Amino acid sequence: MAGIKVFGHAASISTRRVLLTLHEKNLDFELVHVDLKDGEHKKEPFLSRHPFGKVPAFEDGDLKLFESRAITQYIAHRYEGQGTNLLQPDSKNLAHYAIMAIGMQVEAHQFDPVASKLAWEHVFKLIYGLTTDQAVVAEEEAKLAKVLDVYEARLKEFKYLAGNTFTLTDLHHVPAIQYLLETPTKKLFTERPRVNEWVAEITKRPASKKILQ
Amino acid sequence: MRTILQGSLLPPPPIKLSHSSLLFSPSHSHSNLKFTSKSSPSPPTITMASIKVHGVPMSTATMRVLAALYEKDLDFELIPVDMRAGAHKQEPFVSLNPFGQIPALQDGDLTLFESRAITEYIADEYSEKGEKLMCPGCNKVKAITKVWLNVEGQQFDPIASKIAFERIFKGMFGMTTDPAAVQELEGKLVRVLDIYEARLSKSEFLACDCFTLADLHHLPVIHYLMGTDSKTLFESRPKVAEWVKKITARPAWAKVVDLQKQ
Repeated sequence: MAGIKVFGHAASISTRRVLLTLHEKNLDFELVHVDLKDGEHKKEPFLSRHPFGKVPAFEDGDLKLFESRAITQYIAHRYEGQGTNLLQPDSKNLAHYAIMAIGMQVEAHQFDPVASKLAWEHVFKLIYGLTTDQAVVAEEEAKLAKVLDVYEARLKEFKYLAGNTFTLTDLHHVPAIQYLLETPTKKLFTERPRVNEWVAEITKRPASKKILQ
Repeated sequence: MRTILQGSLLPPPPIKLSHSSLLFSPSHSHSNLKFTSKSSPSPPTITMASIKVHGVPMSTATMRVLAALYEKDLDFELIPVDMRAGAHKQEPFVSLNPFGQIPALQDGDLTLFESRAITEYIADEYSEKGEKLMCPGCNKVKAITKVWLNVEGQQFDPIASKIAFERIFKGMFGMTTDPAAVQELEGKLVRVLDIYEARLSKSEFLACDCFTLADLHHLPVIHYLMGTDSKTLFESRPKVAEWVKKITARPAWAKVVDLQKQ
């Protein structure tokens, strides 16, 4: 019973993306803490699990994976019959899957780089005793506003980003959004009505609350 | 340098599956370029190309999609987008991609954007045609492919694209390369390539022993970097060098490169 193990840090956005998926699926797992402050992620034995030295890494029996979005997709497919369905309702429909895939690419390439920088400036820098760079915040918020304008229009047509059900596309956003809601950047979400509603929906899910513990 | 769309963003039509394809009028400033993957010239036919790619051959993201189409032997129409005029930031293009970036793809009444979502769709929808582009196997094997797809998108491309921008595209826009930036970026890229070197010592291609999208997605940026001094980073690592040679020698890739010359 080797089971599922996540090697990461409970506060890390990428680790939380995987934990969230496991909670949505009601899957048992072990979180093996990786000491980021100590640089454990840049040394063996962790590097054998993630050659790029980043959290999280993942194990399901003898399958070893890294990259949070590869892990969440594996979980969503492998455990399709269990817990919340994180794929499109008709999971075999390739056109529907492609629409969801677009949303996942958008999160990875348009949303996350910006949201992560803002979380770094507003939240994580302070933990490391560094100061927020307001110029960077202003620049990144301008980019985020443009992305959220597109989301606002999208969410006027659909309840969630890939359609009318909650999918991986929405889930991938949750950890970064949770951090940003505790910062001045929150206003970018709350001042857009549909985005605001969507944020409320995805963060009130029981699984979303579990990763904050 | 992107043209900023003036005024408020118009809400684009939804990306619904029943969305009818937007046909660009033939009076567009560039003639629509129809390409078939067949190497021998065929007599003119009424091409009902159900696949349309909106983009330009110079764009790395567009090339990524074209490579997948050629690997699959699929007919398609390449519809140029006038980047200099900022067409990608305006209607009708933003109805295809509300983020205002090329490429966008239409297949019948399905509209897609984000090159890596498009290539994945092509590999899945046309899985029986042409090259496989995915590792054969079940969930576990697919998962490994996804790992390396994410590696390209999250670890390799952010760095390598910036180097290509510094060394090549800046010059095209009348800007100057920043040597300090290039040095810093190359310092990061070598760490990625060291990991690739180790990986390719254990696996013939990145995801498995077959050529897949995980390799293909690298082609456009590697193609550009191999025409610059950054090529030494690839050439100095034996397994990486061998892999670069293999993937850039593929006939489908040669066709993409050919498009740039036209």
